[in-house]
Amino acid sequence: MAYSEKVIDHYQHPKNVGTLDKSKNNVGTGLVGAPECGDVMRLQIEVDDTTGVIKDAKFKTFGCGSAIASSSLATEWLKGKTVDEAVKIDNMTIVEELNLPPVKIHCSVLAEDAVKAAINDYRKKNGLEELQFEEKGVH
Amino acid sequence: MLQFPIYLDHNATTPCDPRVVEAMIPYFTNSFGNAASRNHSFGWQAEEAVDYAREQVAKLIGADPKEIIFTSGATEGDNLGIKGVFEMYASKGNHIITCNIEHKAVLDTCRHLEKEGAEVTYLNVKPNGLIDLAELEAAIKPTTILIAIMYANNEIGTIMPMREISAIARKHGVLVFSDGVQAVGKIPVDVNKDGIDLMAFTAHKMYGPKGVGALYVRRKNPRVKVTAQIDGGGHERGMRSGTLNVPGIVGFGKACEICMNEMEADTARIIKMRDKLEQSLLKVEESYLNGDKEHRLPHVSNISFKYVEGEGLMMGFNKNIALSSGSACTSASLEPSYVLKALGLGDDLAHSSLRFGLGRYTTDEQIDYTIEQVTNTVNKLRDMSPLWEMFKEGIDLNTIEWAHH
Repeated sequence: MAYSEKVIDHYQHPKNVGTLDKSKNNVGTGLVGAPECGDVMRLQIEVDDTTGVIKDAKFKTFGCGSAIASSSLATEWLKGKTVDEAVKIDNMTIVEELNLPPVKIHCSVLAEDAVKAAINDYRKKNGLEELQFEEKGVH
Repeated sequence: MLQFPIYLDHNATTPCDPRVVEAMIPYFTNSFGNAASRNHSFGWQAEEAVDYAREQVAKLIGADPKEIIFTSGATEGDNLGIKGVFEMYASKGNHIITCNIEHKAVLDTCRHLEKEGAEVTYLNVKPNGLIDLAELEAAIKPTTILIAIMYANNEIGTIMPMREISAIARKHGVLVFSDGVQAVGKIPVDVNKDGIDLMAFTAHKMYGPKGVGALYVRRKNPRVKVTAQIDGGGHERGMRSGTLNVPGIVGFGKACEICMNEMEADTARIIKMRDKLEQSLLKVEESYLNGDKEHRLPHVSNISFKYVEGEGLMMGFNKNIALSSGSACTSASLEPSYVLKALGLGDDLAHSSLRFGLGRYTTDEQIDYTIEQVTNTVNKLRDMSPLWEMFKEGIDLNTIEWAHH
């Protein structure tokens, strides 16, 4: 199975690899997946307290090229969005952007889950109620 | 000068040796006869070529030419050998012993026979990939008719103790079938010394063409018979009907002859490169060799690089290097290699494995390049692996509650 050019590009030049200080109150961390499943994503957002805008996003991913590309793309999309806008990131837009084949859709779902987990971690830290999300059920 | 891509997947298939192709060519055009045509020269010529190839094939495994049944490949040989014995010896019993790291062609054949009334024992292998002989002997019952154990494993290259296995089988009057696909042509295999009664093998794993293989069926001490699985013109002494693939068989014979003559020199060269590759890659932190180090084919090395995922790893160099991973992501199933899991590897290590399969045309330059590329990619991916970061921070990954998907 050949990868799309966009997946290859993200794999070769991943955007925003790294670690944010998870002890900070304005940093939300999402860790999703499991080593046994062959995919683990950690996605972090740093939020500007006054504007609610995500000013930085970082990821680290253990997984195949599509998983790396999905999380790399997600961090790109997160930056500059408000937290409320970021909640709306949908896995299918990742699938479309990266031309993921059906067997790799779970990579995009994982990226979406990572975004939501990071947002909820941020909300929890800041005394906000955690959002409830529907299961995508594609895993 | 290095040419890309580099092929390091010789357990999947091998290129045809040009000498093999050369031997085959006349049998497509001029000498195209049907080996079963008894009344003209075209047929005689084909028959003669098949007879000669049968001798070449038999010689490589120490068999008599009459004990070679040509097939379409090892999957057919596995099916014919196991199903054929099950049906032929039904009055004697219905129990088959095999092991859990066999090729799918053996495992699925056994599963199929379970539906037909067979009782199958799947022995677990030890962490080194070999079966426990005491467990094997303990599994034998009065109804046991066949022990089916592979000669060497396709993923980790471990070589089973065939002589010890067959000694136990003999003691209890049980037949031994072996899937010899990975071993024949690579290491010395002698059906008499090894005590094997039936063995499937194939041309395309030993620099011959695809689509042709053989089933060895012992004719003496004891005389073994199998029930045919393909009915028709009664070719191959009634055990495998179907017009013989004459060019393929000629190529198979030639490939066997070359292996016979050059095995020693090939092995000496290949094992040196394999060991260099392996030693260099095992220097990478948190890398592990899978399968027994000693009882192993000379051209295979299966290594897990912890905290990186196999398919992601291959993507770093698969434009230039062709090899295989035990990771699930390469298939639609998402389940990592059942062979590696049978060794007791956690899914994480199974997902992190690469199989290197060297061959006759592998060069030192290719190995040096591979060492460099794999090492660099492992390091690069670890820099972006959350698991590697946690490991480096001293976090025990087993204490984390993972969200299982």
